[in-house]
Amino acid sequence: MAEIRNYTMNFGPQHPAAHGVLRLVLELDGEVVRRADPHIGLLHRATEKLAENKTYLQSVPYMDRLDYVSMMVNEHAYVMAIEKLLQIDVPLRAQYIRVMFDEITRILNHLLWIGAHALDVGAMTMFLYAFREREDLMDCYEAVSGARLHAAYYRPGGVYRDLPDAMPQYQPSAIHNDKQTRIRNQNRKGSLLDFIEDFTERFPAYVDEYETLLTDNRIWKQRLVDVGVVSPERAKALGFTGPMLRGSGVEWDLRKKQPYEVYDQVDFDIPVGVNGDCYDRYLVRMEEFRQSNRIIKQCVDWLRKNPGPVITDNHKVAPPSRIDMKQNMEEMIHHFKLFSEGFHVPPGEAYVGVEHPKGEFGIYLVSNGANKPYRLKIRAPGFAHLAALDEMSRGHMIADVVAIIGTQDIVFGEIDR
Amino acid sequence: MDKNRQEVLTEALTHILAERLVSLHWLFDELTIVIRANDVCSISGILRDHKDLGFDTLIDLCGMDYSTYGDETNALGQSEGRRFAVIYHLLSVSHNQRLRMKVFAENNDFPAVDSVTDIWPAANWFEREAFDLFGIVFPGHSDLRRILTDYGFVGNPFRKDFPISGYVEMRYDEKQKRVIYQPVSIEPREVIPYVIREQNYGDSHVD
Repeated sequence: MAEIRNYTMNFGPQHPAAHGVLRLVLELDGEVVRRADPHIGLLHRATEKLAENKTYLQSVPYMDRLDYVSMMVNEHAYVMAIEKLLQIDVPLRAQYIRVMFDEITRILNHLLWIGAHALDVGAMTMFLYAFREREDLMDCYEAVSGARLHAAYYRPGGVYRDLPDAMPQYQPSAIHNDKQTRIRNQNRKGSLLDFIEDFTERFPAYVDEYETLLTDNRIWKQRLVDVGVVSPERAKALGFTGPMLRGSGVEWDLRKKQPYEVYDQVDFDIPVGVNGDCYDRYLVRMEEFRQSNRIIKQCVDWLRKNPGPVITDNHKVAPPSRIDMKQNMEEMIHHFKLFSEGFHVPPGEAYVGVEHPKGEFGIYLVSNGANKPYRLKIRAPGFAHLAALDEMSRGHMIADVVAIIGTQDIVFGEIDR
Repeated sequence: MDKNRQEVLTEALTHILAERLVSLHWLFDELTIVIRANDVCSISGILRDHKDLGFDTLIDLCGMDYSTYGDETNALGQSEGRRFAVIYHLLSVSHNQRLRMKVFAENNDFPAVDSVTDIWPAANWFEREAFDLFGIVFPGHSDLRRILTDYGFVGNPFRKDFPISGYVEMRYDEKQKRVIYQPVSIEPREVIPYVIREQNYGDSHVD
């Protein structure tokens, strides 16, 4: 009889399907995975330690860099934790803007997920389609904050500024002549809200397009159905949240169960899976596209009708207007203190979890009354999911490990922090 | 959570845990309980399995170094000179309620808190993280290795006495043709000083 030997294989950290910097040590029996040991930390930046040495406001941009495909939702958890400790109220318009951008971010995140997941499994086209739509949404980010990815738009007490009245226009270039530029600018004639509304009109057709490509695709189903099955009890025990938990059939969504901001004012449904395999998680996320689109529509309607302030008028926390600062001594002092020393947060501790596109993203903030956090703990959903990779991939083939990494929607910015 | 459910949960916990409960506080609608280190495993089992509690998910587990917290230790559990704590954030999906459980490690030089991986498998990596960053040991954990820091890293970077710039830096050495470690060459600097003001500082002008 031939001698049988187990192989130990190194997957990553520079593997295109490793989603960044995952180093996976796989113990193989032929092509079957016996044990998967993810080595993480190659992107560790000690965000939590850095935050202890920065004022509260200075850490907002760090939050963008955690999960760098759902930037604003990370900020959301952080600013909500500060607001909880300070016990300040956020104007209603700011809450609607936040909810709208949370959902835009959810679509952005899921688009990258579907693109990367399909690419891993072998469907190149999805990646190109997904990035076409991401372009429009990143333009929304840019219009509102000036940055396409790392927005730093949510601030303690509200959002940085109100939605712009005009969308930036394309300029003719060597690649696009005047006529083409006019066509590209067609839906950019009005305000940001007009542009977003136009997007929400177009988007359901795009999702249909993705589904035509994948949902009944034989290869896609062969690669995903019955791969990485997790039972509902096991999903809870392993600390799964978000689509990973809902894919296993547990009806749990913080936006419904513990609503924050104005999620209890908008109408949407929570999709849940049945079998808890990769295919069900795919279906859950596809439906979330449509539900997010619904929420965005409702927010656009509300925001059109209800102008108002977008950041608190408590100038101990939020800066005064530029004009007031230049003309009023009191506001001048507020501005100076805010951007030099920063605001102080009363002693205490708070945990805030938000429904991040990947699961529950939590911020545990401990203050001892200083202008910097005493301890900031980031609860990254991907961390708990990746920890379960070993269990999910045991007994599967190497190629299935790639599908499981894809279904977990791994992003190393948040896992390594 | 509304007041009624808060009372129900408070009552259930005080009744079930009785004298094993060191303290219990509500702050911003969040419940924190403090328990002793040697009760961790038994209480965790009760929290998960008791029908009135049902905390089936461990959302987060993190280490904590209270050494420079100051006298401000408010109503959230007196550290009494104990430096390290482990903080568990629990969630009950069935009852839709949350709980924060705080455990102080008794020994400051060798902090140890029993592992809860048998109760919540999710604790596996979270405990490895707390071990890596704070040096808190979890007896009963089957695979307590470093997780976030570099291979061969020395020290526990999130302890308050660990400098933010670290002790070593890495660079490629042209002569030896390999990556080497050397003592850090950057000076620690603090752009904005750390300030704690008295309560209501600057509130002389009230609108």
